[in-house]
Amino acid sequence: MTSTTEATAERPLPTTPPILEARDLVKTFGRVVGLDGVSVQVYPGEVLAVIGDNGAGKSTLIKCLTGAEIPDSGELRLEGKRVHFRGPQDARAHGIETVYQTLAVSPALDVASNLFLGRERRRRGLLGSVLRSLDARGMRADAEAELRKLGISTLQDVSVAVENLSGGQRQAVAVARAAAFGSKVVILDEPTAALGVRESNQVLELIKDLRHRGLPVVLISHNMPQVFEVADRIHIQRLGRCAATVTPQTHSMTDAVAIMTGAATA
Amino acid sequence: MSTPPSGTVATAASAPDPATEFLARQSRLGRARSVLHRHPAVSPAVVLVAAIAVFGTINERLLLPANLSLILQQVAVVGTVALAQTLIILTAGIDLSIGAAMVLASMVIATTASELGVPGALALLLGLLVGLATGALNGVLVTRLKLPPFIVTLGTFNVFVALTLLYSGGATVRGADMPGLLTLTGAPITIGDVRITIGVLIMFALYVVVGYALTRTAWGRHVYAVGDDKEAARLAGIKVNRVLLSVYLAAGAIAAVCAWIQIGRTNAASPNAGVDLNLDSITAVVIGGTSLFGGRGTVWGTLLGALIVGVFRGGLSLAGLDVLYQTLAVGILVIAAVSIDQWIRKVRN
Ligand SMILES: Nc1ncnc2c1ncn2[C@@H]1O[C@H](COP(=O)(O)OP(=O)(O)OP(=O)(O)O)[C@@H](O)[C@H]1O
Ligand SMILES: [Mg+2]
Repeated sequence: MTSTTEATAERPLPTTPPILEARDLVKTFGRVVGLDGVSVQVYPGEVLAVIGDNGAGKSTLIKCLTGAEIPDSGELRLEGKRVHFRGPQDARAHGIETVYQTLAVSPALDVASNLFLGRERRRRGLLGSVLRSLDARGMRADAEAELRKLGISTLQDVSVAVENLSGGQRQAVAVARAAAFGSKVVILDEPTAALGVRESNQVLELIKDLRHRGLPVVLISHNMPQVFEVADRIHIQRLGRCAATVTPQTHSMTDAVAIMTGAATA
Repeated sequence: MSTPPSGTVATAASAPDPATEFLARQSRLGRARSVLHRHPAVSPAVVLVAAIAVFGTINERLLLPANLSLILQQVAVVGTVALAQTLIILTAGIDLSIGAAMVLASMVIATTASELGVPGALALLLGLLVGLATGALNGVLVTRLKLPPFIVTLGTFNVFVALTLLYSGGATVRGADMPGLLTLTGAPITIGDVRITIGVLIMFALYVVVGYALTRTAWGRHVYAVGDDKEAARLAGIKVNRVLLSVYLAAGAIAAVCAWIQIGRTNAASPNAGVDLNLDSITAVVIGGTSLFGGRGTVWGTLLGALIVGVFRGGLSLAGLDVLYQTLAVGILVIAAVSIDQWIRKVRN
C-alpha cells in the first residue's frame, strides 16, 4: 500500500491516461466570463488542488465537470470517452461525487435522507417493488456507519433534520455523502470552510484515504497549508484561466500565491 | 476507529468532552424544534380538539353522530381539493386553478353521460383524463416556461372556467339524468349511528395513498427536497422538473376524483359550483400547518385543517351566528396559522 502511495505522489507518467479530462472549457454568464478556455486533467489516485482568488472561476470549473453547469464550449472525457452531462444526476451516475460550496443539502430532510437523496434504497420484496416502500431503517444504519467512518462522533442521531445542525455538521454530511458514493472522482469545493481544526484534519485524512483507495480527489481550497499538505498537483486558476499547474515539490506556497495574484508567472 | 488520540483518553474518560457536551445541549434544543418540524400536524390537532370541545359545550347537538357525519360530508369536497393543493404547496407553489379544474372535470363527466349516453365508467375515465390534462398544462407551463405557479394557475383558472361554460352551455345536470354510478359517491354507508357517504370514504382513501407516497417513497422525499431548496435538490441529482410535473399531474388526477365526489355530494353537476373552493382549499392547507414556502407540512395536517374549518362553520351556525361570523372566524384562523409558521421559521434561523 505504501509503495503505491509513494508512486502516485510523484508526477503522473505521461503514459497514464487521465480519468477525467476537460478541454478548453468556456462558460459565460451574460457578459461575465466565468471560464475562458480552461483545460484540466485528473489522474488516477491523485489529489488535484484548485486554488485561485475569489471569482477566479474555481466553482464554475468544477460545476462544468459535474453537470451542474453546461459549458458553452469545450469537451469532457471520462476514462478517455467523450461524455455529455445534462445535469448533476448524469455525473453522479458516472461515479463523480461532489461537495458543492453551497453544500446542496435539503434542510428539512433528516441526515439519513440527505445522504441517500436521489438514490434511495427500496425494501426487498413486494413492499419495495410494488409499493415502492423505502428501506428507511437500512439507510439509517448505513448513514450512521458512513458518519462513523468519517469520525464524526458528534453527529449521532441521523434522524435529525439537517436544518438543526451546525454549519460544520452540515458540511460533514455533504462530505460523507460524496465519500460514500464516489467511485471515479470525488470533488470537494471548500469542504473545510465551516469546520474547526479537528474536523478539518478529519477531512484531510479522508482525502488521503480516498487517494489510498486509488480515487482521485479534486480539492478547492483557500487554505494554502492544507493544499500543500495533501495536493499532488496544484491547478492555479486566475481570471477565468489556468495560470499554471505546479507541484508542492517544485513551488513554494509563496510562489503559488504570487502566480495566483498575478505577481509572478510560472 | 473511534478511539481518541492517546493524549485525551484520560480526560475523555473522567469528564465529558466540553465540545461533545456543547453539541449535545445544542441538539436538545434542536430536538424540541424538530418535533414541531417533524410533526407539523400537532398544532392543528390541538386546535381541532379544542374547537370540538368549545362548540360541543356551547351546543351539544354538534356532537350528535348525524351532525358529525354532516360535517364530514361538507368537508369531503374541499378536503379532497385541499389534498391536491397540499402537494402543490409542498413544492413551494400554489394552485389557483384546481377548483376550476374539478368543476371542468365534473361537467365533462356529467354532460357526456347524460347527453351522449356514455356509460358511467367511461364518463369517469374521461373525467380523469381531463383532470390529468389540466395538471399537465399547469406542470408544463411551470417547468418549461419557468413561470411562477401563481401566474400560471391564475391564467389556467380562467381557461378552465371558460372551457366549463363552453362545454356545458352553462346548464346544470341533475343527478337523476346521470347513470347511477356517477352519484354513487353520495350514497351513505351506515355503521351504527354513523352515516358516512362513499365520497367521504374515497377522500380518506386518497389521504392514505398520498400520505404513504409522501412519507414512505423516494418520490415523496424528492417532493419535499424540491420544495425545500430547489437548487440543492438539483445539485443532489434530483430531476426537479420531472418531480414538479408529477406533482401537478397527481393534483389533476385528484381533482378528477373530487369531481366524482362533488357530483354525489350535490346530486348534480353545476358549472357554477365551487366558487370558493380554491381559497377554501388553501385555507385548509395553511391551517393544517403546511408552509407556503414549501418543503414542510403533511397531508394529515391538511385533513385536520379542513375538519377545523368544518367544525368552526358547523359550530358557529349551531350557536345561531350569522354566516359572516363563520367567514370572519376562518379568516382569523388563517392569519393565526401563517403567523405560527413564520414564528417557527424565525426560531429555526
Ligand atoms: N450563476 C452565475 N451567474 C452569473 N455569474 C456567475 C454565476 N456563477 C458564477 N458567476 C461569476 O463567474 C465568476 C467565477 O465565479 P466562481 O464562483 O467560479 O468563482 P470562485 O473561484 O469559485 O470564487 P470563490 O472563491 O469566491 O468561491 C465570478 O465573476 C462570478 O460572479
Ligand atoms: Mg467558489
